[in-house]
Amino acid sequence: MEQKITIEPVTRVEGHGKVTIHIDDEGNISQSRLHIVEFRGFERFIQGRPYWEAPVLVQRLCGICPVSHHLAAAKALDVIVGAGTGDGLTPTGEKMRRLMHYGQTLQSHVLHFFHLVSPDLLFGIDADPVIRNIIGVAKKHPDLAVQGVMMRKFGQEIIKATAGKKIHGTGAIPGGINKHLTIEERDSFLNGPDPLNIDKMISWSQDAVNFLKGYQKENKEFIDNFAAFPSNHLSLVRKDGALDLYHGVIRAVDSEGNKILHDVESQDYLKYIGEEVKNWSYMKFPYMLEFGKNKGWYRVGPLARLNTCDFIPTPLAQKEFEEFKAYTNGKPNNMSMHYHWARLIEVLHSAEMMKELLNDPDLLEGELVTKGTKQDEGIGMLEAPRGTLFHHYKINEHDQVVMANLIVSTTNNNEPMNVAVNHAAKQFMTAQRKITEGMMNAVEVAIRAYDPCLSCATHALGRMPLEVVMVDGQNNVIDRKRK
Amino acid sequence: MSEKIKFTIDGKECFADKGKNIVEAAKANGIYIPTLCHLEGIEAAGSCRICNVKINGKFMTACTTEVADGIIVENNTPEIQELRKIIVETLFVSGNHYCAVCEKSGNCDLQALAYRYKMLVPRFPFEFEKKEVDAYSSKLYLDRNRCILCKRCVRSIKTKDGKSIFAIKGRGYKAMINIDYELANKMTEEEARKAMDTCPVGCIIRKEIGYITPIGQRKYDKKPIGSEIEEPVTK
Repeated sequence: MEQKITIEPVTRVEGHGKVTIHIDDEGNISQSRLHIVEFRGFERFIQGRPYWEAPVLVQRLCGICPVSHHLAAAKALDVIVGAGTGDGLTPTGEKMRRLMHYGQTLQSHVLHFFHLVSPDLLFGIDADPVIRNIIGVAKKHPDLAVQGVMMRKFGQEIIKATAGKKIHGTGAIPGGINKHLTIEERDSFLNGPDPLNIDKMISWSQDAVNFLKGYQKENKEFIDNFAAFPSNHLSLVRKDGALDLYHGVIRAVDSEGNKILHDVESQDYLKYIGEEVKNWSYMKFPYMLEFGKNKGWYRVGPLARLNTCDFIPTPLAQKEFEEFKAYTNGKPNNMSMHYHWARLIEVLHSAEMMKELLNDPDLLEGELVTKGTKQDEGIGMLEAPRGTLFHHYKINEHDQVVMANLIVSTTNNNEPMNVAVNHAAKQFMTAQRKITEGMMNAVEVAIRAYDPCLSCATHALGRMPLEVVMVDGQNNVIDRKRK
Repeated sequence: MSEKIKFTIDGKECFADKGKNIVEAAKANGIYIPTLCHLEGIEAAGSCRICNVKINGKFMTACTTEVADGIIVENNTPEIQELRKIIVETLFVSGNHYCAVCEKSGNCDLQALAYRYKMLVPRFPFEFEKKEVDAYSSKLYLDRNRCILCKRCVRSIKTKDGKSIFAIKGRGYKAMINIDYELANKMTEEEARKAMDTCPVGCIIRKEIGYITPIGQRKYDKKPIGSEIEEPVTK
């Protein structure tokens, strides 16, 4: 008698998804899938709209990291308005956007780690779900909870100062930005009352990295082996190989660290990346064309970025990066749970970058926008908190969008998340007579490591709605349990 | 010296020059009567009905009614406020107004009135009617999803020799705003900007120049609609 286990919705991730796991008569996992059950449709309904509306409209597909879509769309439109392919903006335009992006990366990573992941780490993945949530964290570890809230607030305030609003702003426009930073804003970020100043953010970021490293030492077996599997890794890197979250060339390495995509221009992504559609998910499965659907899939996000880049261009994060790389003897890190480590190093890097930018006078004055000869097509890429993000638009002679293609970060991680689910299910559920809530949460922990954004920014707090369905060989339901 | 006329609005004694309509007369006395189709300096149309007031107990549009000696005007009563809210809601459900992404957001009179009358969710069902956009002129983008058929543009945006650049085509529910491409393409940047500013909603949009005013600096980010006329209210 085969069992089918359904985890729906997957909790403490952004958006809605569900997992189905089939267990055969011998207790082996016969099939596991992460289904993305949302449908958004932005690529279709942006058609016919004026192109300059895209950065404001398309960002509405998410409430957690809309800045990523705002900026990726703006970058694509930079190409269309003739402002170059990433190197043509005015210093003010580029630096204001970068500040916005680092503010966002910080707040998004912090939200993920402190609000969504820390309950698993602090209480254990099989702890009572009544306490295994952010409310439980706030009660038992109030200092940590406050730190998470205040760091997120700082990032959100940066976004507000650069985009006009904390969520869904309008700052980035084709060819640049629509505002400067005021002196008052700058000073408040640099020297604001504790804890809302950049030095405190850097200090807290270091604390967070150290917390994770401490946890890792104590739970090495779990952190290093849970849902660990070899894969390719893909991200943008700066032309000199540095970690760059805002702009760069596309690089991919295999699980051994060999370069398999050699720093190609983002405008050429279609030559290298394809997307496969499967009939059980609304989310596509991207892969590198050269290596095919079965071998060409790749990871993106913090882990992939630290695997592809050669160095981090800020001193404190670079120091952590060296330790991170040394852990795997310079080889790519293929451990899913190490996403958290990489993510927190990026938090530190983002804080350092913000400090550097806040001290830059270009933010306070200078030309905001630049334009050149108009093009009818543009591609914008950046490293969103969750990974590489592609925006591709074509316009007609009347300035209307006629084609839009978005490959969002979580889409890039589709296959890796499915593989991670399979690993977790096999590790925790194989030959088990009874499936417990803790086992099912283990599957979610694997997904959560990738910080998937399933694009609606709704969260379920506390008890996880969960359904276990037992089916026979013909897929007939013979028992169903809910909790 | 022009002749002053004495009248009341909501019991307040007011004075105005003869010949003024009630919207203008109220304004001169620090009282705001909302308008959408009306624009100072052009002939009133009375089509949007948002300026409805009661004059001596009878509903009339303030923009088309000349002030008269001794009239009693009711403006800020619960009944009239509710009526205006209904009109705003009707306009929202009959168009496709997505303030969240509209570049006129923060500068839009309709949106500002929705805030003024505390519209949360319209009580009427949305029509979601498919409306065509017109992107064919070189300087202006016409988004009919947002048009409220106020005809401000028809009445005020003209060429130097008096030709209308905008016109309404069709009648009743088929009525829609149209633009003369040939005339529109000859507009100067200044004239195109004026056309966009004249539109009380986000129907007439200048091409390629969107969202240049940061959030926080837009017209109604600073002060709610009507506050520039009304006497300061202490909290």
